[in-house]
Amino acid sequence: MWTIGPLGFAVPWLLLGLLALPILWLILRAVPPAPIRRRFPGVALLLGLKDDEQQTDKTPWWLLLLRMLAVGAAIIGFAGPVLNPVTSEDGTGPLLIVMDGTWADAPDWSRRIARVDEALTDAQATGRETAIVVLTDLPAEGGLPLRAADAWSAALPGLQPAPWLPDSDALAAWAASLDEEVETFWLSDGLSWDGREALRDRLADLGEITVFQSARPVMALRPARWEDGQIVLEAVRSRADGPDSVTVAAHGLDPAGTPRDLATATLGFAPSETVATASIALQPELRNRITRFEIQGLRSAGAVSLADDGLRRREIAILSPRDEREGLQLLSPTHYLEQALIPNTDIIDGSIDDIVLANPDVIIMADIAQLGGTEPEAIEGWVRNGGLLLRFAGPRLAASDVGRSGDEPLMPVRLRIGGRNVGGAMSWGEPKTLRAFGPDSPFFGLTVPEDVTVSAQVMAEPDPTLAERTIATLADGTPLVTRKRLDEGQVVLFHVTANAEWSSLPLSGLFVSMLERLAVSSRPSDPSAADLAGTSWTLDQAITAFGRVEEAGTMPGVPGERLAEGGPGRDLPPGLYAGEDRRLALNVATADTAISEAVWPDGTRIEGLATVSETPLKGIVLSAALAFLLADVLAALWLSGRLSGPRAGQAAAVLLALVLAATQPGAALAQSEEMTDTELERALRAASEVTLAYVVTGNDRVDQVSEAGLRGLSRVLFRRTSIEPIEPTAVNLEFDELSVFPFLYWPVTPDQPRPSLDAYANLNRYLRTGGMILFDTRDADTARFGGTSPNGRKLQELALPLDIPPLEPVPSDHVLTRTFYLLQDFPGRHISRDVWVEASPADAERAEGMPFRNLNDNVTPVVIGGNDWASAWAVDDSGVPIFPVGRGFAGERQREIAYRFGVNLVMHVLTGNYKSDQVHVPALLDRLGQ
Amino acid sequence: MRTGAGLRQEAETLAGPLPPLLAAAEHLAASVLTGEHGRRRTGQGDQFWQYRPSHAGDEARMIDWRRSARADDALFVREKEWQAAQSVALWLDAGQSMEFSSAKDIATKADTARRLALALSVLLVRGGERVGLTNAGLPPRTGQVQLLRLTDALASPAEADEYEAPELRGIPARSRAVFFSDFMGDLAPVERALTRAADRGISGALCQVLDPQEEAFPFDGRTIFQSIGGTMVHETLKAGDLRGRYLERLAARKDALSRLARNTGWQYLCYHTDRPASGALLWLYGALERVH
Repeated sequence: MWTIGPLGFAVPWLLLGLLALPILWLILRAVPPAPIRRRFPGVALLLGLKDDEQQTDKTPWWLLLLRMLAVGAAIIGFAGPVLNPVTSEDGTGPLLIVMDGTWADAPDWSRRIARVDEALTDAQATGRETAIVVLTDLPAEGGLPLRAADAWSAALPGLQPAPWLPDSDALAAWAASLDEEVETFWLSDGLSWDGREALRDRLADLGEITVFQSARPVMALRPARWEDGQIVLEAVRSRADGPDSVTVAAHGLDPAGTPRDLATATLGFAPSETVATASIALQPELRNRITRFEIQGLRSAGAVSLADDGLRRREIAILSPRDEREGLQLLSPTHYLEQALIPNTDIIDGSIDDIVLANPDVIIMADIAQLGGTEPEAIEGWVRNGGLLLRFAGPRLAASDVGRSGDEPLMPVRLRIGGRNVGGAMSWGEPKTLRAFGPDSPFFGLTVPEDVTVSAQVMAEPDPTLAERTIATLADGTPLVTRKRLDEGQVVLFHVTANAEWSSLPLSGLFVSMLERLAVSSRPSDPSAADLAGTSWTLDQAITAFGRVEEAGTMPGVPGERLAEGGPGRDLPPGLYAGEDRRLALNVATADTAISEAVWPDGTRIEGLATVSETPLKGIVLSAALAFLLADVLAALWLSGRLSGPRAGQAAAVLLALVLAATQPGAALAQSEEMTDTELERALRAASEVTLAYVVTGNDRVDQVSEAGLRGLSRVLFRRTSIEPIEPTAVNLEFDELSVFPFLYWPVTPDQPRPSLDAYANLNRYLRTGGMILFDTRDADTARFGGTSPNGRKLQELALPLDIPPLEPVPSDHVLTRTFYLLQDFPGRHISRDVWVEASPADAERAEGMPFRNLNDNVTPVVIGGNDWASAWAVDDSGVPIFPVGRGFAGERQREIAYRFGVNLVMHVLTGNYKSDQVHVPALLDRLGQ
Repeated sequence: MRTGAGLRQEAETLAGPLPPLLAAAEHLAASVLTGEHGRRRTGQGDQFWQYRPSHAGDEARMIDWRRSARADDALFVREKEWQAAQSVALWLDAGQSMEFSSAKDIATKADTARRLALALSVLLVRGGERVGLTNAGLPPRTGQVQLLRLTDALASPAEADEYEAPELRGIPARSRAVFFSDFMGDLAPVERALTRAADRGISGALCQVLDPQEEAFPFDGRTIFQSIGGTMVHETLKAGDLRGRYLERLAARKDALSRLARNTGWQYLCYHTDRPASGALLWLYGALERVH
C-alpha cells in the first residue's frame, strides 16, 4: 500500500498509465467524428451550397478533456484507491478484553461489539491469544478463557449485557484467580460501582490497561413517586453535561387495548445538576393504565421504570343503605371506611348499574341485605371477572333472610338468624378480642392490638367449608372475617359493622392494615422486609438490559425478603413481580439511586468507542469513469448530429425510459401520495358544499353526458332555489367516499363493470343512511320499464345486491310531485311515465278532506326510470343545451319539465318528507286551485 | 399448350397487387363522394335537371306539355343535366426520388401518388369521365375495365431515371390533366411541358407530393447526402447550417411552380405524405370540376 495523505493505492504502479494520457490526447485529436450517410431526394436543392464557416474537422477540446478524464479515472480506479487506509496496531502477549456488560452499556452495545471486533481483527492479524470477559457474566471456572481471536469472533454476537451491575464478591473472587501477565482492553460503561477499583488495580498489576469509554453521560430514571396528587418523575445522570433535557413517556394500554404513550413529560437538567425532576398530573383513568415510564430514545434498562400497584389508585365504590334517619356523621355506616380509604384511593358512587359499568376494583356494601332486580347478577358477573366485593354486617343484614337457606353467591357463608351480642348491657360475658391470624390468612403477620373488641356480630352457620373460608376469628373461634373465591374474584364479609357500633375494629390501625392486605387500599411506600416476610413472588415481566419489557416466562419464585432487600442481580432480575394479591416493581434505579462516573488513575489510556474503517474508492472512481464515458457517448452523438436528427425522438424516448427506470419507485410513491391528497381535497370540497355526483360507467360519452347534465341541473338549482351546488363530480364506486354526496345519478350502460362486494357494501350503507340513487336506463324511447332491453337487464343485474325496498310507480300524491314544483310527469329526453320509487306502506290512507295520503316518512332510496334525464339537462360550459329535446316549443317545454323534475328530486333528497307534512296542505290546496 | 393450373397461377400473380390498391383507392374515393353525379349544368344527358319558362327560339317539341298544362299561362321547357364526359389524363412521376419515405409508418411518395391518382380515377370514372395514364400510354377511356387497366399500369413499376419530366403523349387537346410529382428535378422540362399543354388547351392540376422530412430538413452534423438513385452526392460538415438555405430554395421552387401553374391556367397543390389523403383528393376533384 502506497499512500498520499488520506489516500492509499493498492496497485500503485498502474498509475504510471497516467503518463500515456498526452499521447492519447494527440491521437484522439487527429481523428474527427465520422460522417453520417443519408439518402435524401432533396439533394438536388443542396447542390452548390457551401458550408458557412470552416467547421473544424478535429475533435473539440472539451470532448477530448472528457475522454481524458474518463481514461484517467479508469486508470486511477484500477489502481485501487482507498480512503483512510488502516494500519494495524501491534502488541505482544495475551490480550484481555473486559466488558462491563451492565445496563449502562446497552445504549451503545453494538458500537462496543464493533470495537471489540476491531480489536479481535488486530489480534488475529498478530496472532495474539485473546480472552473476552463480561463482568456481569464471569467465567464460572475463574482465570482467563484464552482462545484464538477468530474463535471469539464467532462468539461475539452472542454476548449480551445484563440489566444489573456486576456482583462485587464474584468480581473479587475472579480477580484473585488471575495470575498471568496480560494486556487489558477495558470497555467501560462509565459508571462507578462496587468492586470496580479493586479489579482495576489487580489488572493494572498484570499489565497495561487501555480504557474505551463512551463520551455520553449515563442516565437513569428513578421510580415514579406519588406526591400531592401528581406523579413525580426524577432522572439522574452520571455527569453534569450532555443533553439539557430528556423526555419521559408514560406507556400503557389505551381503552382499546393498544399500547401507546399515555403522557409525556420533559425533564430539564439544570446546568451542573445531575438530577432533573418533573411532575405529571393525570386523570385516575389514565393513571391506572400506566405500566411503565421510560426515557425516550434511550435503550437501556436504567431508562425504564415499571409502575406497580404503588402508583395505582384503586377505584372503590361504597354502597350503603339509604339513610332513613338524620344520623350523626360518626354513626354513618361508611364514615370510617371513607376515612380509611380516601387518602389512597378514588371513591366513586352512583347506582349499582353505573358502578358495575365503571368496573371499579372494589365494591364495598355496608349493611346491605337485598339487591333488587338484575343487580345481583350484574355484581356477580363483575366479581367473577376479578372484582372484590367487600361486605360489612349490620342490623339490616342480621334481620334479613340473606344467606339463611342456601349458599348465596354474594355471601361467603350461610348466616344464622339473629347474630349475637356479647358483653353488652343485656348479655353475659365480655366483649371478645381477636385471635392472632393464622398462617393461611392474608392477614398473617399483622399484630393484633389488645384494645380491639367485638361486642356484636352476625354468626356463620357451621358448615364443612366454613373453616377454609374463615380468615379471621375472634378469640373464641367464631369467624370474624370470611372469604369466598368466586372464579377470579372474591367476596369478603366482615361479620361486624363498618362503623364503631358493633366493634372497635374500625377505629384501630389494624382495620387499615387489613384493608390493605385485602388489596382494598394500597400504600404508596416501598414495602419493608417485615411486610414481605413469608411471602413468595414470581417474576411476571422482566426488563432486559436494552430496556424492553418482556414476559418473564417460568421463573422460580423469589422470597419476599430478597425482594425487599432490592439490588437486582442474577438471582433477582429487575421486572414486575406478582405476589398473591398485588404486584411489585423492581427497577434498576431506585428512589435513592445516584449514579457516579467511573474514575481512572492518571496515565490510563482512555479512548472513545469510535472505530475507523477504510473506505475503498475503487467502485466510486470506476463509476465516475463510466459516467464520463456515457457523457462522451452522448456528446459524440450530439456533435455528429445523431441526437438532433430524424431519429432524435427515438433517442429521447430511450433516454427518458432509462431516467424513469432509475427514478421509478420515488415517482410512483409521490404519485400515490398526490392521489390521496387530491382525493381528500375532493371529498373535503364535496362535504363543504352541496355536490351532485354521477357514477362513472367507463363509457366516456355517457360520462360526459352525465357530467353535462348534472352541470345543467346544478345551474338551474343555483338560479331558482336556495340549493347552491358546486360543479358536479364523478364518483368511482370502488374508491370514493359516498357519504359526502346527497345524490348519485347512475346511468346504466350494458357494458359497465359490476361493482365489487366492498363497493356494494358502501352503496348499501349509503342507501340506508339517507342517500339517493337515480337509476337511468336511458332507453324509454325504445323499451318499456321492466322490459328486456339490454340496459334493463343490466340494471336488474346491477341492482340485485343492493338493499332496495319494494317499488311502485310514482303515485300521483307522492311527495316528489310537490317538493318544489307541482308536477305530474317526469320527462327527460324521453317521455315515459314509468318512474319507480319506494312503495308507500300498504296501510297508507287518505284522510278525510286531504288531497294526499299520509305517506312513508323517509326519502326513497332509489328512483328508477329510463327517460335519459341527463341528456335533457345537459348544457355546455356556456349554458347552451347540448341535445335537442322533442320538437320546437313543445320540446323546450319538455326540457323545462325535466329541469323541474330534477329540482324536485334534489329538493326531495335534501328536505325529505318536509312537503308531505300536512301543515303545507292549505297552501298546496290553494295553489292546486281546489 | 398451357395448363389450367399455370394459367391460374399467372392470373393470380397478375391480379395480386390489384385489389389492395384499387380497394384503397375506392375507399378513399368513397370518403369524398358517393353515387352517380352530374355536372350540375344544363346540357345533354339522361337525368332531369329543371323546368324553365320557354322563350323565343325554343322549338315546339321542346315544350313539356304536361308541366305547361298545369300552369296558367306559361309554357315550360324540360331541361336535362349535362352529362357530357370529359377526358382526364394522369401523369405520375416514376423517378427514383419518389421511392422515398422518411419513416416506416409513412407511405413513399410514389405510393401516395398512386393511391391518390387511382382514387381520383375511381371518382372520375364514376362520374362518367374518361381517364387515361400518360406514363403507360393509356389513352383516356371510361368504364370499370379502364380502372383495372389503370391499376395494372400503376402497380407495375418501370425503369426510371433519378428525376422524370412530365409526359404529354396521348393527351387529347382541350382536355384535363393531373401531374403527380415531387418536382425535385430540373424545372425546365416541367415548364416546357406546361407551356405546350397550355398551347393545346389542356388545363389541369399540379400535385407536388413531398415527404415531411423534405419539408423540415431535420439534419445536423457532418453528413453525406445521397440521392435515392445514388447519382448525386453532397457532403457537408454541418448540416444544420444548411437548413435555412435549403428551405429557402424549396420555397422558391414551390413559388416557381405555383407561378408557372397560374400563368398556364393550371392549379397547384403541395401535398405532404403524412397528411390525410382525402383532403388532397377532394381538392383535386374540385379542381377538375371547376368550370373554365
